[in-house]
Amino acid sequence: MLGIVRRKVCAKGLPVTVPGETLRFFRPVVHALRNYSSAAKELTVREALNSALDEEMSADPKVFLMGEEVGEYQGAYKISKGLLDKYGPDRVLDTPITEAGFTGIGVGAAYYGLKPVVEFMTFNFSMQAIDHIINSAAKSNYMSAGQINVPIVFRGPNGAAAGVGAQHSQCYAAWYASCPGLKVLSPYSSEDARGLLKAAIRDPDPVVFLENELLYGESFPVSAEALDSSFCLPIGKAKIEREGKDVTITAFSKMVGHALKAADILAKDGISAEVINLRSIRPLDRATINASVRKTNRLVTVEEGFPQHGVGAEICTSVVEESFGYLDAPVERIAGADVPMPYAANLERMAVPQVEDIVRAAKRACYRSVPLAAAA
Amino acid sequence: MALISRSTSTCAPLFRPLTLFSLRHVSTDTSPITVDTSVPFTSHNCDPPSRSVTTSTSELLSFFRDMSLMRRMEIAADSLYKSKLIRGFCHLYDGQEAVSVGMEAALTKSDCIITAYRDHCIFLGRGGSLLEVFSELMGRQAGCSKGKGGSMHFYRKQAGFYGGHGIVGAQVPLGCGLAFAQKYSKDEAVTFALYGDGAANQGQLFEALNIAALWDLPAILVCENNHYGMGTAEWRAAKSPAYYKRGDYVPGLKVDGMDALAVKQACKFAKEHALKNGPLILEMDTYRYHGHSMSDPGSTYRTRDEISGIRQERDPIERVRKLLLSLDVANEKELKDIEKEVRKEVDEAIAQAKGSPAPEPSELFTNIYVKSFGAEAYGADRKEVRVTLPGY
Repeated sequence: MLGIVRRKVCAKGLPVTVPGETLRFFRPVVHALRNYSSAAKELTVREALNSALDEEMSADPKVFLMGEEVGEYQGAYKISKGLLDKYGPDRVLDTPITEAGFTGIGVGAAYYGLKPVVEFMTFNFSMQAIDHIINSAAKSNYMSAGQINVPIVFRGPNGAAAGVGAQHSQCYAAWYASCPGLKVLSPYSSEDARGLLKAAIRDPDPVVFLENELLYGESFPVSAEALDSSFCLPIGKAKIEREGKDVTITAFSKMVGHALKAADILAKDGISAEVINLRSIRPLDRATINASVRKTNRLVTVEEGFPQHGVGAEICTSVVEESFGYLDAPVERIAGADVPMPYAANLERMAVPQVEDIVRAAKRACYRSVPLAAAA
Repeated sequence: MALISRSTSTCAPLFRPLTLFSLRHVSTDTSPITVDTSVPFTSHNCDPPSRSVTTSTSELLSFFRDMSLMRRMEIAADSLYKSKLIRGFCHLYDGQEAVSVGMEAALTKSDCIITAYRDHCIFLGRGGSLLEVFSELMGRQAGCSKGKGGSMHFYRKQAGFYGGHGIVGAQVPLGCGLAFAQKYSKDEAVTFALYGDGAANQGQLFEALNIAALWDLPAILVCENNHYGMGTAEWRAAKSPAYYKRGDYVPGLKVDGMDALAVKQACKFAKEHALKNGPLILEMDTYRYHGHSMSDPGSTYRTRDEISGIRQERDPIERVRKLLLSLDVANEKELKDIEKEVRKEVDEAIAQAKGSPAPEPSELFTNIYVKSFGAEAYGADRKEVRVTLPGY
């Protein structure tokens, strides 16, 4: 039990400076008492998204949600559970299966000044509406020289789920993030989900919000600050999930979890990896990435999507342009395989980055691919 | 010949001394008169409005003036394009002016209009200025989009004009979204979403219409049927070119789009309908004299006889001119004077627009975001041009 409490203390990130070892035994107990009075809360990503939607709809009557099954079905993935009951059918709208039509309607409502949250059951279906996302939403503020801004959020699960096949597994981060006028966010943890979704809904520009179905059920500790209804994370800022000094690993969404696991494995081999959770694909936090590479001198980019013209390609080029002199090794790139997603479990496993792929690439970047003859 | 009658309360003499003073007096005369439309309305799933339209001499004169202004503006744009002062795409509206002025006569600025790329006259109708039009066409700072939009991207949000869209058909779901927002905000206003016979076959139109009917949105879909989608005649593109019937369960009205009074009556009817019963389709039977755009001569897919025939029989400005003359509101010379005035206005606006400078280079990077969070953007050579976007 003490072990569990200790883990919660560490996860909460309370900086503790206690003089000497003698108090070490007491520290967890003290903090256990403190924790029990204000218990470290854990939220699933699903709960985080739901609470963010709830709070923003409560705070601003212009915010409304539309999409397939968001109302009476409580959300295809239960993200919008309870919202129809609370806000009524005028603000939580079940749409027919007509993405081009309802996305255009959402963008038109945003032109008028409302703040729509348009849910795509998965981002694969956003391709049916992509003209409205790019041509009607992203470019309007520019084409109208500021007359028509579009405060809309397009959200939904992105990337691979499990066993859903080629048409239901694509990652759209690179496509959307290449487009000026859009903001593209991708949360990893529950705190990310809350803070970034609230920021996206409040934002006056169109935001593509890429969630991940496999993360919805995952639990993360959330600080008291993050639970406050005014909590918001800045757009365009990456988060250093884990500090390190030997190699930088960038990732977003589900791959952050993989990168953290890879960092644990690398630590056992004496390689200290710094894991950056991008959070924001556009604007990309080049400053944080470059500062990290200037410290570690080595970079591995990780993403789930197709490798060609992907997020990792952009990060690699950015680092080559700005921090070439600091690189001690070529940039390594881990991405999904260059194939449509297969169904068979063994093939699917090969098509998506695994933790061992990230470990291997990090070792290559550290010129440690060949194990040392005598371990330290 | 239009049937006319005066309301019994006005006792204007049949023969009035036709001085300029008299014309000024008539142009502010708003007492109602009734004029019949050229043809009755044809309806689908609804009772058509009466073909007797209440108007006034003042309104008729303003129709004449506004349409003449629009006509002159479009012809001037043609010349500017040929002298390469306007670049890219330029889609002209001459022939279709009655749709814009008739619609404006039935709406307020709380109502919204959205259209595709043939938008210069709609913009003017919503209160835009000639200077803004010509400056935007020539890519200058005084343009309504500061020169960054071009011919297809005129907007006037404060007057309920939401563009100005280049993707065929996209404006229809956007328009239904505007209607949604008006209903959500309880504004008691409607949106007119204009599209052409070419766009009428777009799937997203039917998707949006389905939702508009399901959710009772105050949306009016207006098909400006000029009978050609670029070079393709309507019978080659649509199995059923009866566009006013294509809404199926959504009622529709077919309107003579060259008759400004018919347009006004239909739009008034549509607005009342939409506020109570949800969406409606208006099909405006209209015609464009120019080709699809300035790169299309417009004569390879239709005969010159057809074009000149419409000009002779159905021109919207000529119709109103004849009406004004028959009502003795003005004489030939007075109407010609209006046309001269309008021409002068257009010439002056062009001269002024030519004096407006091109946008500052820094404008390349403005209005990408409202709130940039300090994001950076790059020019073609990233090492050479690197900017922190404004609007932190």
